[in-house]
Amino acid sequence: MSSNEEAEERPLVSHRTLDIAVAIFFLIVAAIVMTDSLRLGISWKPNEGPQPGLFPFYIVMAMGIASLINLAHALPDTAEGEKVATTVPGLKRMAAIFVPAVVFVLATNYIGIYVSAAIYIGAFMVFFGKFAVWKALAVSLGIAIVNFMMFEVWFLVPLPKGPLETALGY
Amino acid sequence: MIRTGASKARTIAIALAASACLTAPALAQQKWEPSKPVTLVIPAGTGGGADQMARFIQGVVQKHSLMKQPLIVINKAGGAGAEGFLEMKASANDPHKITITLSNVFTTPLGTGSPFNWKDMKPVAMLALDQFILWTNSEKPYKTTKDYVEAVKAGEDRQFKMGGTGSKQEDQIVTAAVEQQTGGKKFTYVPYAGGGQVAVQLVGNHVDSTVNNPIEAVGQWRAGQLRPLCIFDAQRSTYTAKVTEKEAWSDIPTCKESGLPVEYQMLRGIFTTKNAKPEQVAFYVDLLKKVMATPDWKEFMEKGAFNQTFMTGPDFEKWLTTAEALHSDLMKKAGFLATQ
Amino acid sequence: MDELNALFGGFAVALSAYHILLMVIGITLGVVIGVLPGLGGANGVAILLPLTFTMPPTSAIILLTSIYWGALFGGAITSILFNIPGEPWSVATTFDGHPMAQNGKADEALVGAFTASFVGAIFAVCLITFLAPVVAKFALKFGPAEFFAVQFLTFASFIGMGRGSPFKTIASMCLGFALASVGLDGVTGTLRMTFGQDELLNGFKFLVAVIGLFGIGEILCSMEDGLKFNGAAAKLRMDAVIRTWKQLPAMSMTFLRSCIVGCWMGITPGGATPASFMGYGIAKRLSKRGDNFGKGELEGVVAPETAAHAAGTSALLPMLTLGIPGSPTAAVLLGGLLIWGLQPGPLLFVEQKDFVWGLIASMYLGNVVGLVMVLTCVPFFAAILRVPFSIIAPAIVFVCAIGAFTVNNAMFDVWMMLVFGVLGYLFNKLRYPLPPLVLALVLGDQAESSFRQAMLVSQGNVGVFWSNWLCGGIMTLGLLMAFWPALQALRTKLSSNDAVARAA
Repeated sequence: MSSNEEAEERPLVSHRTLDIAVAIFFLIVAAIVMTDSLRLGISWKPNEGPQPGLFPFYIVMAMGIASLINLAHALPDTAEGEKVATTVPGLKRMAAIFVPAVVFVLATNYIGIYVSAAIYIGAFMVFFGKFAVWKALAVSLGIAIVNFMMFEVWFLVPLPKGPLETALGY
Repeated sequence: MIRTGASKARTIAIALAASACLTAPALAQQKWEPSKPVTLVIPAGTGGGADQMARFIQGVVQKHSLMKQPLIVINKAGGAGAEGFLEMKASANDPHKITITLSNVFTTPLGTGSPFNWKDMKPVAMLALDQFILWTNSEKPYKTTKDYVEAVKAGEDRQFKMGGTGSKQEDQIVTAAVEQQTGGKKFTYVPYAGGGQVAVQLVGNHVDSTVNNPIEAVGQWRAGQLRPLCIFDAQRSTYTAKVTEKEAWSDIPTCKESGLPVEYQMLRGIFTTKNAKPEQVAFYVDLLKKVMATPDWKEFMEKGAFNQTFMTGPDFEKWLTTAEALHSDLMKKAGFLATQ
Repeated sequence: MDELNALFGGFAVALSAYHILLMVIGITLGVVIGVLPGLGGANGVAILLPLTFTMPPTSAIILLTSIYWGALFGGAITSILFNIPGEPWSVATTFDGHPMAQNGKADEALVGAFTASFVGAIFAVCLITFLAPVVAKFALKFGPAEFFAVQFLTFASFIGMGRGSPFKTIASMCLGFALASVGLDGVTGTLRMTFGQDELLNGFKFLVAVIGLFGIGEILCSMEDGLKFNGAAAKLRMDAVIRTWKQLPAMSMTFLRSCIVGCWMGITPGGATPASFMGYGIAKRLSKRGDNFGKGELEGVVAPETAAHAAGTSALLPMLTLGIPGSPTAAVLLGGLLIWGLQPGPLLFVEQKDFVWGLIASMYLGNVVGLVMVLTCVPFFAAILRVPFSIIAPAIVFVCAIGAFTVNNAMFDVWMMLVFGVLGYLFNKLRYPLPPLVLALVLGDQAESSFRQAMLVSQGNVGVFWSNWLCGGIMTLGLLMAFWPALQALRTKLSSNDAVARAA
């Protein structure tokens, strides 16, 4: 990746924005869990102790309160909060591994984990690591085959498989 | 089974096949064999009764090479086994999947409302019935079932603690059935994660009684720490070999003859997926028969004092229908049905 | 001295060429299994169990326990090198192990971890050798209230360790509890927070969360910083073993404390994972260098590893004498015993002397063989860091995906792993501490169950936790631990006030 000095400077998200977003995420989780806890009952039954919802309810209540405080801390416009959390090139580099990872997991559903992993590793080596294609092929196929032997043949742990493995009789 | 490609071996194979056809003309239909590894789904966690039996079957199949393809065992214990059963339901067209059941095939859909039923799978065979025994700590003064039931009746409501595996599952169902015979006095049912732990909690006097399966508590019985009061079966066990110095499984009276008319047994059965063809079911039945013919299996059955009832086909389905109705009834009475 | 005689008899059984070979094979397999997050020790043993049915029981258990030792050793490797805990009990090893690797001290961290594992295991085996009957009796005292007390103590020893905002710590820990509560409630048998989704029946499994939060999160951070793991170009020097061992004697108290904590947790049975957290927490609290923990302190690797291994090993004791497994792997071994025709329980030590003492002797030998094997491989393990990042990164994602998948055999978990990866990255950025979340996730469920079981037993009376000396003692200790930071702050405040008063 050609690290461009200018691009390095371009901020994308500040700490403040991220902090607010994560605090809100916590609040949403708290709301969801509280709703279901109320359905399950949150009282203390005589002879039996707490109902199934009691613990989750009060725990996410604590979480909600803590998140509100975190939110309150994050909201004011401070110098600390304006510090850059992620830059555009940083995000791009993360996307370079993460987006293909999402594609890899999605592809696993259709072509099996071994084939999609071989493609994922190979493609990453070629496009990102600037490896020669034959090296990438050798490494990616090697990793896929070693794992295949290990899981499917020796340890008999079934992993998602696709048409290729079916054609080979697995 | 015959791996050499020599023509001699082939002739033997043909001869064997021919004789098989002669002895069992009903099996003359097209033979089926798995074309890829068979997955045995365990709807329970590692180390439990179903898990032990499944891994034992896997071992026997491997040791005696009863199947050309390997048998793979996986645990899918989520949601009291619902996860495993839903997987079986979802792969209705894959005959390379079988599952081993415990009572949760009935109790889980009733207790949690998970959307499946044993009819979503194809019954293969009942391997055995697992027994339940009423145990107390041997330090306690209850020598017989009657002593214990009297003590429960005389005590305060919920004074006596019954330990068991899981919630709204077989152990609690047995407990609920026993409660109907104790003059309105209820137990405090304490659910634990596994049968072995339940037995140890009883040895440590943290609960007053349990309804452990024989295999879960036999070690403590032999060490004189636990006392079996009665067995929840219609007849006494048929195993007469001495387990402790003085007693055999057959010496444990039935609960009925001890004045506690409760019967309950747990299914240990094998199912395959719903759309399996008759020849595929026949293959598994045949495989299980071979497993059951091994001395290893007989030893395993005796160790756990299993009730060796083997059933297939319509008999088995009839049994399942009755058992389902029974569970539904027991759970309704006990108030364990899912509210959704 | 009956034990010693029996033990020598056991050595005679275990010390055959065949058995040593089995140990070497078992440990090699175990290390592989421990390194791959997809194959836990329990998995590995379960998979190989059927292969052993044709062996004599003693040989079979030697092979299987060797796999167990190997997996215990192997779990540390990926934790240190890549921040991916291969096994749940290696999570605490990442706290200092990975920073050490980033500082270029991967080899020292590995040697420290392996040596600590060895010490912990040997301590526990000695305990089994000489105190088995006493210890077994002690374990019987543990009912629900006592279990809860132990779990409470684990939490308490870990609270207040973070440097960051206390509210972020609370939020993080509570999220862990909330995630732990998803799925089937073991006490009442009702489904919680599943909203009718089949995928959620199983809840959020600890390993999936950990692989995502630590493994994927770390990859994202490394990618953001550029194309490398920090300090990856560690100098490889062959004297790592001696260099590290020289530092260890100064930590003898940490070793001892972690051994005791580990054995305690293994027997009761709390398990290796809580033991490793507790070992780390206590070491941080009591060590002189505690303030440096989390930045790459060797002692921070030694403490959890010693505890985890002492626990993993002593977990075999309740399995043998009581028939209750102290760990998932022990549960599978227990199944194996039954199949070989051995009945675990109080009589095993009486009726199957040869087997038991052969097993115990093999524990000593297996750990010695294992230590020699893994130590010789340290340079090789550390060299993995030299593989170019553009190969390692996608390969790690692949291995993590396998690991997440095999937990429940579900693709849903692989997706969850990616989600947890993003969460791990964000938490890292915003200084939400991860350890409280992980601890709550692994212990939250058990602690809640124990608490509610105890409430059932006591009919809703909270006094049950102080109803006997054992339980009350642990609870009181836990409370002291929980309020330790507050007490300490109070003391410094008081003494400074004192000083001010005196000065005035």
